[in-house]
Amino acid sequence: MTAVPNGARPVSGDPSAAKSVLDAPGLARVVDRMAHELLEKTGGGADVVLLGIPTRGTTIAQRLAARIAAFEGLTVPTGSLDVTLYRDDLQLKSPRALEATDVPGDGVDGKLVVLVDDVLFSGRTVRAALDALADLGRPRAVQLAVLVDRGHRELPIRADYVGKNIPTSLRETIHVQLTEHDGGDAVLLGPAKVAS
Amino acid sequence: MKRHLLSAADLSLEDATLVLDTAEELAQVSERTVKKLPTLRGRTVVNLFFEDSTRTKTSFELAAKRLSADVINFAAKGSSVSKGETLKDTALTLEAMGTDAVVIRHSWSGAPVNLARIIRGSVVNAGDGTHEHPTQALLDAFTMRQKLGRIEGLKVTIVGDILHSRVARSNVLLLKTLGADVTLVAPPTLLPTGVDAWPAEVSYDLDAVLPKSDVVMMLRVQRERMGAAYFPSVREYSRRYGLDVDRAAQLQDHTIVMHPGPMVRGMEIASEVADGPRSTIVDQVANGVSVRMAVLYLLLGGSESAIGSVE
Repeated sequence: MTAVPNGARPVSGDPSAAKSVLDAPGLARVVDRMAHELLEKTGGGADVVLLGIPTRGTTIAQRLAARIAAFEGLTVPTGSLDVTLYRDDLQLKSPRALEATDVPGDGVDGKLVVLVDDVLFSGRTVRAALDALADLGRPRAVQLAVLVDRGHRELPIRADYVGKNIPTSLRETIHVQLTEHDGGDAVLLGPAKVAS
Repeated sequence: MKRHLLSAADLSLEDATLVLDTAEELAQVSERTVKKLPTLRGRTVVNLFFEDSTRTKTSFELAAKRLSADVINFAAKGSSVSKGETLKDTALTLEAMGTDAVVIRHSWSGAPVNLARIIRGSVVNAGDGTHEHPTQALLDAFTMRQKLGRIEGLKVTIVGDILHSRVARSNVLLLKTLGADVTLVAPPTLLPTGVDAWPAEVSYDLDAVLPKSDVVMMLRVQRERMGAAYFPSVREYSRRYGLDVDRAAQLQDHTIVMHPGPMVRGMEIASEVADGPRSTIVDQVANGVSVRMAVLYLLLGGSESAIGSVE
């Protein structure tokens, strides 16, 4: 088993070569802005349900909910949606441990579901999330919020809320580090993984 | 490469915990309106049942279907087996049709191991003779963890026909791995030879053991496997080894009462106890589907199995 739930994610390659593209105060400002945008685009956040994709998407969803509560005093139902069993690359690897799926009590029927993830890359995780969501119910609409969009989409998917666009080459790696999992907030741009 | 689940001993602590954790997430699927996942789409699972079974067969079938696998049910009665075909030829026939996994129930101990040597796909032991029934042990462990919050350090008492019980054998092996303390209680005639070597205590006095137990697992006396008399009468067996209302009153408040089914009410367990608040018998059946989904996912869901034995 390779997945380490809530575990710190080591920076692959040469850690000293990783470059910080967003520090802790910067990351907090980005989350604040996303929370404001979300309130603006959804007309005050009514009917919104935030569903984070584990592990870091769930944490970002909780932070967005906390900021929305601070700005408008609104409690947005927040949960998590594990997409492992809906992935299109299951046959390529040994079966992975599942993460928590935790849908808020009122479900997703008729709601405006905002999927939240840390990095938007190929779009395949989001495709899996859309399939998983369809099995849970029928939302009124689905939107996507990501902290980092690094490009290189392989499917026709785009985000409604983007924290930061970071143009990358396919050889580079993006690491979102959050205090809850990694002991500090940062977004790191690293060189290509060393083949292990 | 690991690809079979033949014995509870195949599972390391890490494997067993992975199965239980996975089952916990998969249990949510049974509560949804759409009780289906696309995970095993295009995979074929054969239920090869040479022995009567309702519970286990239905449970495996439901588990495979909830993961979108195609399921073929093969019962020995009315098949080419009744015309004299061997297990090996049956297995090769099924394999030639392109099956990915075979779930086998057989009255011969060791039949799944033999099958695993013949076919390329995964083999899941769904009960072989008096040998093992690993998915039953997993669902029992899952139920203990669900009801009591942990398994390590639990005092588990297994009562009844240990001699003929594959459930007991698999439970002893798995519970040892998971760190529980197991005590077997049975009349001397219903204990297997060599039970001293099992990682479990043995007692003949049920009343002494019950008040110390966190879990009491009652087993059915398997009279269909008995040629001779193992005890004087049903009445006497029931009086000495049955869990009646008076005995159940001796249990600690948190103690749960389990039974793998099918049960004989009034013999090893009184109806009042089987239907009482301590009983987890219905939970065990529900958990069986989740645990078998977890096993099938971990064996078949990726490029190689995450659990099990090599053989």
